[in-house]
Amino acid sequence: MATRVTTPRSTELVVRADALGIAARRRRSLAWLVALVALLVLSVLVAVGVGAAQVSPMATGRIVLHQLLGVGTPDWPAAREAIIWDVRTPRVLLGVCVGSGLAVCGMALQAMVRNVLADPYLLGINSGASSGAAASILFGIGAGLGEHALQASAFVGALAASVLVLLIARTGGRVTSIRLLLAGVAVGYALYALTSFLIFASDSAEGSRSVLFWLLGTLSLGSWGAPLAVVAVIVAATVALLAHSGRQLDALALGDETALTMGVDPNRLRVWLLVVVALCIGVAVAAAGSIGFVGLVIPHVARRVVGSAHRIAIPVAAVMGAIFLVWADVVARTLLAPQEIPLGILTSLVGAPFLLVLIRRMQVSST
Amino acid sequence: MLRASAISYSYGSMLAVDRVDLTARPGRVLGVIGPNGSGKSTVLRCLFHGLTPDSGEVSIEGRPLSSLSARDIARLLAVVVQENVGESTLDVAEMVLLGRTVRLSGFRSTTAADHEAAAEALERVGATHLAQRPLAELSGGEKQRVLIARALAQGTSYLLLDEPTNHLDIRYQHEVLALLRGLAGDLGAAVVVVLHDLNLAAAYCDDLVLLEQGRMVAQGTVDEVLDPAVVQRVYGIATERLDRDGELHLLFRSVGAASTAGDLS
Repeated sequence: MATRVTTPRSTELVVRADALGIAARRRRSLAWLVALVALLVLSVLVAVGVGAAQVSPMATGRIVLHQLLGVGTPDWPAAREAIIWDVRTPRVLLGVCVGSGLAVCGMALQAMVRNVLADPYLLGINSGASSGAAASILFGIGAGLGEHALQASAFVGALAASVLVLLIARTGGRVTSIRLLLAGVAVGYALYALTSFLIFASDSAEGSRSVLFWLLGTLSLGSWGAPLAVVAVIVAATVALLAHSGRQLDALALGDETALTMGVDPNRLRVWLLVVVALCIGVAVAAAGSIGFVGLVIPHVARRVVGSAHRIAIPVAAVMGAIFLVWADVVARTLLAPQEIPLGILTSLVGAPFLLVLIRRMQVSST
Repeated sequence: MLRASAISYSYGSMLAVDRVDLTARPGRVLGVIGPNGSGKSTVLRCLFHGLTPDSGEVSIEGRPLSSLSARDIARLLAVVVQENVGESTLDVAEMVLLGRTVRLSGFRSTTAADHEAAAEALERVGATHLAQRPLAELSGGEKQRVLIARALAQGTSYLLLDEPTNHLDIRYQHEVLALLRGLAGDLGAAVVVVLHDLNLAAAYCDDLVLLEQGRMVAQGTVDEVLDPAVVQRVYGIATERLDRDGELHLLFRSVGAASTAGDLS
């Protein structure tokens, strides 16, 4: 019988334990994560205070603490508490959840299709969710599910769109990144048209406004309730699952065959990822409409900061996505106040130039 | 022992591998050779169930691969395939450490022992100085060594490689094969390597399997398989064999000179 090729010798462990600088890097990444979480908390407090009635982050913090833990005595007007706690806090929290969800889904898709241009929005998954949600509202599909009908049908729409994109990309042989991307763009446009048509055809007075909502996204519907709880739980579970599968994602990003030699079944992993991503995007879109480019931009920034090992890059992207969307929403609310700008306009303003830079950097070989 | 018995594989209606038998033994380097399209890479893929043979069986230490999961297989044998991982944004240390994936349950982080195994693998391929570099920046030879280190970090007794010398300069070709030779010699690993270059195969392998159109036409020691008459027939090129200082070399003449082949052999 052959001996093992590598046998750790315990005597050398202490001396050479960090020969590769891995422990040092891990500490650095954790420091980044902690700093970003702190920044997120601060961002949330500032964002909740911003609006027609300005409230300082300190005062906001006291109100939030009082609501959460019953700490402190309320010496503030009840109206302010209502604005802070009932109106703005759920809105900002929705931003946190949706931003995280979009960012980690983008990162998972990029590993899955091995292309830095992958993003739920560009791959048509957001549009699928929009169509599902619109169909649910207009035709009462899934009404038996009560207040979760919207989320459920958005999930089904997202899943259907991603399966459709995969199938189209697969016809005629190997799935290449370019085929996948083009299929995504095509399916995305078709479903956009479908969503808009459904809404206008329904003859609803709110028609055009709803179209704006589904196509460009907004956090204005964020409120305390079961749907927000569902978004929070599903996004948190998605982040945890993806971080937990970080090494599998690393392996998949290297190539199907390489992944297999490392004991990762690429096909099973892809199916599983697709379901998780569709679920997460489904509930995010049902809550906030289709917000583009977060899943494209944030993963890149996250990888720049902590490298591309997914175990750490996923949680970092989640926190960065949350911070990004919270601030995007602040700008959306204040730039033309009292009028609100749809969030997707702002994310596209940041994302589209970013996409151009990425395309410029793409080499011919990566197609 | 890694053994394939009568494995066959077809791509659609094209039979690529036709009832091939081979055995890889600890401490030995087995070369798989043959002209383009003879099924070398397909045989290798069958050996780790990257492709599942249509018929026949592959077994490792007496256990059929069909009874093992992808994870079980990866714990027993490591593979370096020809897949372009150059686009990866991982750095070398992360890449090599990924080889430890099969030894870890999902929630566990890599431990000092894993880092040690990865460092040792990198040292063995002489690439410790590259640890902090991004994979994408490495030269072909450096990249290949890192990929082998990744496979070594998996800590298996069996190592399969698909044309590891492809696109490498002559010096790197010899370096990589000397490295494999060392793994078999020092560590008793069983190495199976698909090779294009017959002289490299002659210099570094113990045993060879020669394929032609999916069929095995010869197998045995290097000396037995590299019969110039057989090589000449299979590759369609005039072949002369020199045995010098216990080393075996093949000389080739272009096809235009094939009419004089009789004199050469």
